Amino acid sequence: MAPVSADPTGDIALAILQALANTDQLLSTEAFPNVPFDTAKAALDRLSSRSMVVYEQIERQEAILEAEAEEIVQHGSHEARVFEAVHKALGGLSISDLETAIGDKNVTKVGQGKAFREKWIKKEDNKLVALVDTIEDVTRAQLQFIKETKSHDAKIIADLKKRKLLNTQKVISFKVSKGPKFALEIVKEETDLTADMLASGSWKAANFKPYNFKALGANQVSGALHPLNKMRHEFRQIFFETGFTEMPTNQYIETGFWNFDALFVPQQHPARDLQDTFYISDPLTAGRPGPVSADDRQNYDEYFENVKQVHENGKYGSIGYRYPWAEKESLRLVLRTHTTSVSAAMLHKLAAKKGPDGRVPPARYFSIDRVFRNEAVDATHLCEFHQVEGVIADYGLTLGGLMEFFETFFHKMGLTDLKFKPAYNPYTEPSMELFSYHKGLKKLVEIGNSGMFRPEMLEAMGLPKDLRVYGFGLSLERPTMIKYAIQNIRELLGHQVDLNFIERNAAVRLDKD
Amino acid sequence: MPTISVDKYKLFEALGRKFTKQEFEDLCFEFGIELDEDTEEEERPIVDGVQEPPQLKIEIPANRYDMLCFEGIALNLNIFMGRTTPPNFRVVEPKDGILQTITVSPECSKVRPYVSGAILRNIKFTKDRYESFIALQDKLHQNLARQRTLVSIGTHDLDTIKGPFTYEALPPRDFKFVPLNQTQELTGETLMTFYENDRHLGRYLHIIKDAPVYPLILDANRVICSLPPIINGDHSKITLNTTNVFIEITATDITKLDIVTDMMVTMFSEYCAEPFTVEPVKIISDHNNQTRVTPHLRPRVTHAEVDYLNSCTGLNESRESLCKLLSKMAYVARPSDKDPNLLEVAIPPTRADVLHQADIMEDVAVCYGFNRLPRSSPNRGATVAAPLPINKLSDIVRIEAAMAGWSEVMPLTLCSHDENFAWLNRKDDGNTVVRLANPKTLEYQVVRTSLLPGLIKTIRENKGHSLPIKIFEAADVVFKDEKLERRARNERHFAAAWCGKSSGFEVVHGLLDRLLLMLRTNFIADGKDAAVKPDGYWIEELNEDTFFHGHAAAVYLRLGGKEQRIGEFGILHPSVLEKFDLRFPVSTLEINLEVFL
Repeated sequence: MAPVSADPTGDIALAILQALANTDQLLSTEAFPNVPFDTAKAALDRLSSRSMVVYEQIERQEAILEAEAEEIVQHGSHEARVFEAVHKALGGLSISDLETAIGDKNVTKVGQGKAFREKWIKKEDNKLVALVDTIEDVTRAQLQFIKETKSHDAKIIADLKKRKLLNTQKVISFKVSKGPKFALEIVKEETDLTADMLASGSWKAANFKPYNFKALGANQVSGALHPLNKMRHEFRQIFFETGFTEMPTNQYIETGFWNFDALFVPQQHPARDLQDTFYISDPLTAGRPGPVSADDRQNYDEYFENVKQVHENGKYGSIGYRYPWAEKESLRLVLRTHTTSVSAAMLHKLAAKKGPDGRVPPARYFSIDRVFRNEAVDATHLCEFHQVEGVIADYGLTLGGLMEFFETFFHKMGLTDLKFKPAYNPYTEPSMELFSYHKGLKKLVEIGNSGMFRPEMLEAMGLPKDLRVYGFGLSLERPTMIKYAIQNIRELLGHQVDLNFIERNAAVRLDKD
Repeated sequence: MPTISVDKYKLFEALGRKFTKQEFEDLCFEFGIELDEDTEEEERPIVDGVQEPPQLKIEIPANRYDMLCFEGIALNLNIFMGRTTPPNFRVVEPKDGILQTITVSPECSKVRPYVSGAILRNIKFTKDRYESFIALQDKLHQNLARQRTLVSIGTHDLDTIKGPFTYEALPPRDFKFVPLNQTQELTGETLMTFYENDRHLGRYLHIIKDAPVYPLILDANRVICSLPPIINGDHSKITLNTTNVFIEITATDITKLDIVTDMMVTMFSEYCAEPFTVEPVKIISDHNNQTRVTPHLRPRVTHAEVDYLNSCTGLNESRESLCKLLSKMAYVARPSDKDPNLLEVAIPPTRADVLHQADIMEDVAVCYGFNRLPRSSPNRGATVAAPLPINKLSDIVRIEAAMAGWSEVMPLTLCSHDENFAWLNRKDDGNTVVRLANPKTLEYQVVRTSLLPGLIKTIRENKGHSLPIKIFEAADVVFKDEKLERRARNERHFAAAWCGKSSGFEVVHGLLDRLLLMLRTNFIADGKDAAVKPDGYWIEELNEDTFFHGHAAAVYLRLGGKEQRIGEFGILHPSVLEKFDLRFPVSTLEINLEVFL
């Protein structure tokens, strides 16, 4: 008995070499019909990596007879069997006699119909009689041929397949011939340089297997940062490069006051609908705005009253919205719908600061954080997303200056040719939407919203009239989705994200691509 | 933003020329509206054998109520392009000087206190004009009127009814009338049942349904003209042949009542025999001091500061030139005689969106062309960039975790109550979690107090991923805090989860050690029992149902002598795995990062 080899492919590989010794070419399925595909391929790969053989893979469709077809090959087609039985019985057969003669109800039924159609038999006085003396059993002949050669004319194969008499299957075999280094024995080849080889010096005499330069290297077991946070990092860097301080947006729960009223969003505004905003049921009611620390000496009551007045009756040169403003609505708690609520709180704090000249100092604030909308979830909407927000407060700001700022800011992301469209937003005037031409999508794509905060909002905080404030915002998800051609936001944010996507996602270099 | 559909070629006709798609898009862009869709190239519906003509779908800013119909869009664009001057809307009393009146009963204050009226005389409707008239009412109802809660409009054929009119409020059982396009008489009560499942009207019933009295507009013969805000009477319905239109508008908000009245009459007075004239109606409402004549249509005259207009836009235009620019947005402006720095600006009744000179300033910029504005540099006050300390800290931890071979995930902040509590074998003590009042699905009931649900769900959704799965998140959870104005606070947590064929308990333990090493925090093996008490961290066996017993630990930190528990790690209890539909062991770690600030 031959010893069992630890490496079956080794034996096969040797067998292949042996088989090739006496021939120029062989077909694996013929020479080694019982060796499984995987084993044969592994052995051939091993030999071909050493240039001992060359091989090519051949795919072929083979026709395999079904059980019914095997029966036909053996006994003849149903119609032939019916004919033979009828022909044999002198004077014809009744239908029940026929069934007895054939001994198979199904064969009798199917064969009878076909034999009629072929005009081999006819019915005469309730008896079946033969019309011809001999017939040619074409089906049987075809199946016989297929049984031997596993193939036939394509039309015939298709026809028989339709009759469920046979099936086809893909068969892969290898056409193998000698390689430039063909030999009957496999010389042991080292795959790697090891410490032992260095110690023993055996590396000097060893044969090294050629490295496969066409394959990828070994998989790295690496960690990964989330693509959205990588994008956030890029934005954050740009903000830092342009002198912005990050705002404390770690406050998801807001009051109607900071989220809406302070921003001069009227209390009947559709954004405040249950359809759009998540309200909080527990805890139920907020406190009135007030000092957040002992050294906070701002007059919050005055501010609260200013906001009420500017909504209700107008103030600071504005006619206001002229409706009864309700404190109760202002003290409802919400999940913030934008980070502008935090900008409002920051600007209110700014109003209490004094620069070296005794005036409120200029400021630049930014944040990139989560906001919430009570949206129906679909491919482009989730009820959570990230807002990128920037605020610039300074004296003498102009609308053109905001455009110039955007041109610098977005240039750092490789976006040029910005277009600015007048727009409407309750808390900015002027308001403008930013568009950029997207080369991939071949159209103008909206990239953000911006404007100068309304005097009704700023002056109520006590900010001086000539201090103007730019505000702008965009979502973090949208540019990321455009960049990575992601169609569904749920593939980017939330628990349905494919971890492979996170792990294989390239670094974000907005200035490069 | 509302989207208005207009007949493409009728609009081009009204604008005096044809536009290519690009040309029209550019015009819209410049003006600040947006061409959403041009249906010319699309398959359009065929109604009564006639294919719908090509439509332009135009998005209108939410505050431009004067552009919610064909007439308004055409008028404003024509003025913008300088093809026409703003119309001079006039109130014209009838020749005999006797105004129609609507007398308001004090009872109305209980349900819908305000009313206004106006009459369009000798108007000529065509099919298009009529449809636009109806569509404008619908758009106003949807937008400014907040689904008819604030304002609702009724329009009537004045020749079928007879003034003086009254606005009354009666108990629902005490009146009956045939509603528009119906044949049977209904009382207020039966009407509520009749329209309960009506696709169109059903959603407005709640506005008055439970009120003790329902508002009604009646004529001199006690004919019920309408039941605001639900439906008009069939008796006075307008048709293509109507020539005198009586408009009554009721409201709960007087400001919006006036705006809606102005919009209805300014948009369609164009079609009166004497264009842009309106016959006013006297409202008698002494009980709430609202006796007045509506509409007045007088422009609101205000002042705008020249230096403000120029400085905000970065322009240096003369007063005359600013006035000329403003005329493109339907203002009539002229330099003030009294102050060289002022313009006297007459704001037409159509421009209800103008609240402050900031709005006028924006229009100067639009008329000049946003994209042509000089890119003058803003003052560059020296500001110094700075990260938020907690973000800087969590970035350090995130990067260390990734370098240790863990992948970052970003699950949602909102989750179900069960995911946050019951499925983790945790109890809600009622003082911890913030609950949402109006979520659309069960997935969003609470704001998470732990990062674990998101991590575990991420593992669940990645069953096809090779094992082990090693993921982390550094993000905020939210706790109730009654001491604060917002009654809640965020807390930055770090959490990680391992899922593999073995538990990975010592792996998450190792990650904790690694992160704390990076945060310069020493491990104290003897824990709190050590004789000396240096700063550092230790762990103690933990018996909590979230974890597999005997395989969980609480993490304690002593910093500046202060000791506190900052988190825990362990093998998730098999019952937790079962709830979340996980088939492999999972170990988790969660710590509070704020303590390291």
